[in-house]
Amino acid sequence: MSRPYAKLPGWVDYGLIPIINLLVAFVFAGLVVLLVGESPLHAAAVLVEGAFGNGQNIAYTLFYATNFIFTGLAVAVAFHCSLFNIGGEGQAYIGGLGVAIVCLAFDRILPWWLIFPLAILGSAAVGALWALIPAYLQAKRGSHIVITTIMFNFIAASVMVYLLVDVLKPAGSMAPQTRDFLPNAQLPKMGWMLEAFGLSVRSAPLNISFLLALVVAFLIWVLIWRTKLGYEIRTMGFSPKAARYAGISETRIIIITMMISGALAGMMALNPIMGDQHRVQLDFVTGAGFVGIAVALMGRSHPAGIVPAAILFGMLYQGGAELAFEMPAISRDMIVIIQGLVILFAGALENMFRPTIQTIFASLSPRSVGLAAAKGEGA
Amino acid sequence: MAEAAIELVGINKSFGAVWANRDINLQIAPGTIHGIIGENGAGKSTLMSILYGFYQADSGEIRVGGKPISIKAPNDAIAVGIGMVHQHFMLVENFTVLENVILGAEGEALLKNSIAKARSELQRLEKEYGLEVDPDAIVEELPVGLQQRVEILKALYRGAEILILDEPTGVLTPAEADHLFRILQQLREQGKTIVLITHKLREIMAITDTVSVMRQGTMVATRETAKTTVEELAELMVGRRVLLRVEKGAAKPERAKLSVKDLTVRDSRGVTMVDGVSFDVRAGEIVGIAGVAGNGQSELIEAICGVRCAVSGSVVLDGEPIDVTGIADPGELRDRGLAHVPEDRHHVGLVLAFEENENAILGYHDKGEYLKGPFLDIDAIRDDARTMIERYDIRPGDCRLKTANFSGGNQQKIILAREMEQDPGVLIVGQPTRGVDVGAIEFIHKRLIAMRDQGKAVLLISVELDEIRALSDRILVMFAGRIVGERGPDATEGELGLLMAGIEHREAAE
Repeated sequence: MSRPYAKLPGWVDYGLIPIINLLVAFVFAGLVVLLVGESPLHAAAVLVEGAFGNGQNIAYTLFYATNFIFTGLAVAVAFHCSLFNIGGEGQAYIGGLGVAIVCLAFDRILPWWLIFPLAILGSAAVGALWALIPAYLQAKRGSHIVITTIMFNFIAASVMVYLLVDVLKPAGSMAPQTRDFLPNAQLPKMGWMLEAFGLSVRSAPLNISFLLALVVAFLIWVLIWRTKLGYEIRTMGFSPKAARYAGISETRIIIITMMISGALAGMMALNPIMGDQHRVQLDFVTGAGFVGIAVALMGRSHPAGIVPAAILFGMLYQGGAELAFEMPAISRDMIVIIQGLVILFAGALENMFRPTIQTIFASLSPRSVGLAAAKGEGA
Repeated sequence: MAEAAIELVGINKSFGAVWANRDINLQIAPGTIHGIIGENGAGKSTLMSILYGFYQADSGEIRVGGKPISIKAPNDAIAVGIGMVHQHFMLVENFTVLENVILGAEGEALLKNSIAKARSELQRLEKEYGLEVDPDAIVEELPVGLQQRVEILKALYRGAEILILDEPTGVLTPAEADHLFRILQQLREQGKTIVLITHKLREIMAITDTVSVMRQGTMVATRETAKTTVEELAELMVGRRVLLRVEKGAAKPERAKLSVKDLTVRDSRGVTMVDGVSFDVRAGEIVGIAGVAGNGQSELIEAICGVRCAVSGSVVLDGEPIDVTGIADPGELRDRGLAHVPEDRHHVGLVLAFEENENAILGYHDKGEYLKGPFLDIDAIRDDARTMIERYDIRPGDCRLKTANFSGGNQQKIILAREMEQDPGVLIVGQPTRGVDVGAIEFIHKRLIAMRDQGKAVLLISVELDEIRALSDRILVMFAGRIVGERGPDATEGELGLLMAGIEHREAAE
């Protein structure tokens, strides 16, 4: 007899377990803070204040969250096909090239609302093409996607350094970056949204790519759960044998899925480049591609989970920066440790407390675990 | 009656809301073979797992030789002389027999002494019970029947007085099963107590002294085998009268719908699994392929259905060839009216993590009726799923439920419903009732006969000889990748069993 299939109610699965994981992460982070001789409670207050305390802080938090929504979705789409795309970092970085080409070519002649869709296409296309190579190698040659995508991160970084230093840099400039985009290639800020609530955002870079991220999150939900392609991706992800049986081409699905994933990662470049710096600089991705892995794990590869998870990590980025500023004993590196703990407990150890919680629920209220009550009955 | 070898008193075990075992009382007399029979999910395996220490009972008592004991882990069970032979062998395949036998009972850091001890002990066991097996053979090179013998030796080596066998004949040929039964009888004569778990009524009648029937987690009856009948036991198992053999009229075969010619298939290691097989399946007949698992049947149907590439040969469907040596697309074959119920429903036929309705379209998901442009037409899919649930009596009748939550029989019905509702011209069915309970078997068999009577060509592959004989209009026997004989539906079990074991084939070759 097979082991019974225990299932937790949705609010436990998607609410309680992530919260428990987070609390444990914060308890350990608190211990780290204690070790350097600061009050964990005070640090927590500073962190939350720094992330949500005023309009500007909220705007920064959402700005960072925008990056993580894109990269989180990129990882999640690949997860649905059982592919582990850790090349988000490189795909986003190289996606910046697509943005740069569009902006540098058109910022003198087109208005922003024409440049924006072109830049979306540009970043997505370049990101997708960058993911296509590892995808092809996986589908046709069996080269493991984890290895190839991580190597392509390094290649992307080197290519971008070369381009920024030797090709895209304006003549005479000392900095390895493109020229500044003209206002036509700068995205409108979204300060008005928070200002409507009476908050002041001042110079925070929150821009309309946040809205784009939310729209894309919804489109990805439609893609995965409401289209034929999404059905084929999920079938392949759960069972390649069943996919073969159903006449779904493994090669085709792997390549398409990875290209969608790469396109999503590439679109992340829009936010910092067109929305904030208005030029392409070295290392503008700053690890967002890797944070996307944690975001996807924590959001359980579902857009409705990825958006809040991305905001949480946005909070850690923004609040962490404030914390390092306010409490000098807590250095920038300590913030990275705290972020690492959250990734560890919420992402990597996501299933650590699940068996215990399942047992508790099964003993508390057998009905709530939603077992197939008719098992063994009838047929 | 002597003191019971094992006595279970008021055993309860629930998994969440499901009672796997409810108030079980059972006495097993020493020196007997005691059968426990029941449908899948009736709780037999759970009960034995409690006895062997894999699970803990929620309440109740286990007594061995009259003394209440607590069994918290398999080691406790071994300590009181209980041994278990699992349905899926727990052997290290690249170890020798001897190494497997001492596994977990190695004794000291150096193996020399324990190996010498095990060798002499094995020789003794061999003599006493007729359990011959070469102690230095590598396990993976042994046939399945001998591997099972190693499992029995393992248990005896650990001093088992009570031996539990969980579905031991599932992987054996009829001849191997007979040999196993002779060994069990010998063990009984030496005073060992044997508990035999099975869902095959025939085995119970053949070998047990006493039989207990389980249904839905409860023990519904215990009978002396000599004083009961197959019909009574089947009724006790299912809770209603069942037809053990479906009624069917004579076949009215017409022209050939599916022609296989000189088909040769190799597996991924390059071993030839199907070796120049040719046959026809005509409209309006069921052709059964009998054979012990692993003789090429799986590869044969996979090649026909486009899931696996053949090396050479041809297959013609409705007069049009299928590109079996190239890239035959299973989706395209479906469009041409070839439906396929795969042998492995958990990994191939279904995606267990999907909702039921999502599985109801697997393979047919690109048909226009389920799509609106690139989007899935969720309403149409669910409507169709509900229709199938109703027509095939799939329970529980919720098309949004995860497929993993359905019982084996209902999962099989989901696949059958999907493949049959598309009204295919040719239906290829692999192991339609493996792990399916008696009630559902009856239903599935009736449906297959109905397909035949509608003029469909049905190709049936099954390791259950009873099933092949009950359904087939012609029986082909497969051995070592070849078809070694064709018989009518009235062929005897002995005759087919010999063919399945390759006896006649070997003689003919010599």
